[in-house]
Amino acid sequence: MLDDFLIRAMLAGLGVAVAAAPLGCFVVWRRMAYFGDATAHAAILGVALSLALSTSVFAGALAVALAMALTVSTLSGRGYAMDTLLGVLAHSALAFGLVAVSFLQGIRLDLDAYLFGDILAVSRTDLAVIWVGVALILALTIWRWSPLLTATLNPDLAYASGIDPKREQLVLTLGLAIVVAVAIKVVGALLIVALLIIPAASARPLARTPESMAVAAAVIGAVSSLAGLRLSFLFDTPSGPTIVCVSAVIFTSTNLVARVLRATA
Amino acid sequence: MSLIEMQNVDVRLGGHQALSHVDLAINKGEIVTIVGPNGSGKTTLLRTLIGALKPSRGTVKRSKGVRIGYVPQSLSIDATLPLTVRRFLCLPHRHSTQAMDDALHHAGANGLQDRQMTDLSGGQFQRVLLARALLKKPDLLVLDEPTTGLDQPGSAALYRQIEQVRQDLGSAILMVSHELHVVMSASDRVICLNGHVCCHGAPETVASAPEYRALFGTGTQGALALYRHDHDHHHHSHAEESHEHGACNHA
Repeated sequence: MLDDFLIRAMLAGLGVAVAAAPLGCFVVWRRMAYFGDATAHAAILGVALSLALSTSVFAGALAVALAMALTVSTLSGRGYAMDTLLGVLAHSALAFGLVAVSFLQGIRLDLDAYLFGDILAVSRTDLAVIWVGVALILALTIWRWSPLLTATLNPDLAYASGIDPKREQLVLTLGLAIVVAVAIKVVGALLIVALLIIPAASARPLARTPESMAVAAAVIGAVSSLAGLRLSFLFDTPSGPTIVCVSAVIFTSTNLVARVLRATA
Repeated sequence: MSLIEMQNVDVRLGGHQALSHVDLAINKGEIVTIVGPNGSGKTTLLRTLIGALKPSRGTVKRSKGVRIGYVPQSLSIDATLPLTVRRFLCLPHRHSTQAMDDALHHAGANGLQDRQMTDLSGGQFQRVLLARALLKKPDLLVLDEPTTGLDQPGSAALYRQIEQVRQDLGSAILMVSHELHVVMSASDRVICLNGHVCCHGAPETVASAPEYRALFGTGTQGALALYRHDHDHHHHSHAEESHEHGACNHA
């Protein structure tokens, strides 16, 4: 069954959608969209480094994404405003990554795959790496769900309940770095944040509790992945962007419907 | 044995000495109010008590197994976070429906269980925060300006509720307040803070202390002056007995 590249692509897309959903909700609640961008852009630098050193692209992307996430966490609140800091770090990481790639011989053709994803080229090994990453992320978020949510509401409330909000922030950072590393093959560095945020934002009008929002985001992400793959196959369009387009259409629909319902209620 | 005790505590916030030489003890069942101008370290003191800040010197001792309920000064919930009152009360630990209903009842927030947190009015929101703190069955309830953003009837009602909580549950209460009529009528003890403990004791004692008058003035038991000093950290211009203010300056 896994011999079929379409099946592998579908499984990869499903995995990333499911892992991105709960993290995406936290990114939305904590207003960390730009943080996700910085981590994802840094991953390109990681890809370049791992190609140069001929190590696993996944490991390289994970290491640099994690380093970037930790740098941002450490620097926040010292001097520059967060969005300025992230703007500097995200785009410099991307630029350095692109320059680094240009030094490598015979890689130029591959760059597209890392910027925009190449889900149809997912190998069995890639699939295994993706699902191990997905399992890790799900285990991490389910384990830390309640403390993370409390820390998201208010750091002092967390302290008063014996939770260290800085540690929870670190857990989230680690989860984001893993999702970036596994998603880079599926949608590419430039569109990873779309996969985090759009399903979560589409799920918001449908949900009354944080948990239902995460589940709805996973379903919407999964539907986007499968439908996007199907459409890209039918119309011969690039898969990653098509997946994001589908989720954007879902976002518009759920929010429009919610608005109409509220107006008529 | 006190529920919680601070001994000679200093707290630094990013290079700035926010508190120095603070001694404080809260006993079972008493209501203690902290007053002081803006920037005098009131919130810092509470945050140190709940463990959000580490003292740079001195010790914070909690009696064994003491449960502290905390109501923060402000809590802004992002509109993108769907959260029913029930779910909010269950963070971070689950509680039975009965326990939640009881807590909401004691906080005067009956019937709000299924409302969204972002749809609550200011007064309802504060009561739900209070209910969440009550779920722990706290020995000590710590409230940081619980009536911020409430109108006068609203805050009067909330203070009555807090006093009711002490009667019903026997919790000690430590709060920061700007409302002097409350301080004077409902507290067992008042602590006047300005980077250090200026003076403390029974409300009448504190109200007549020169350090307190230097901070808040003397007119109408200081109530008016208190509000004026809200806008003025440097307590030198309005105090009617300004010659006494030296006692309470920052070191």
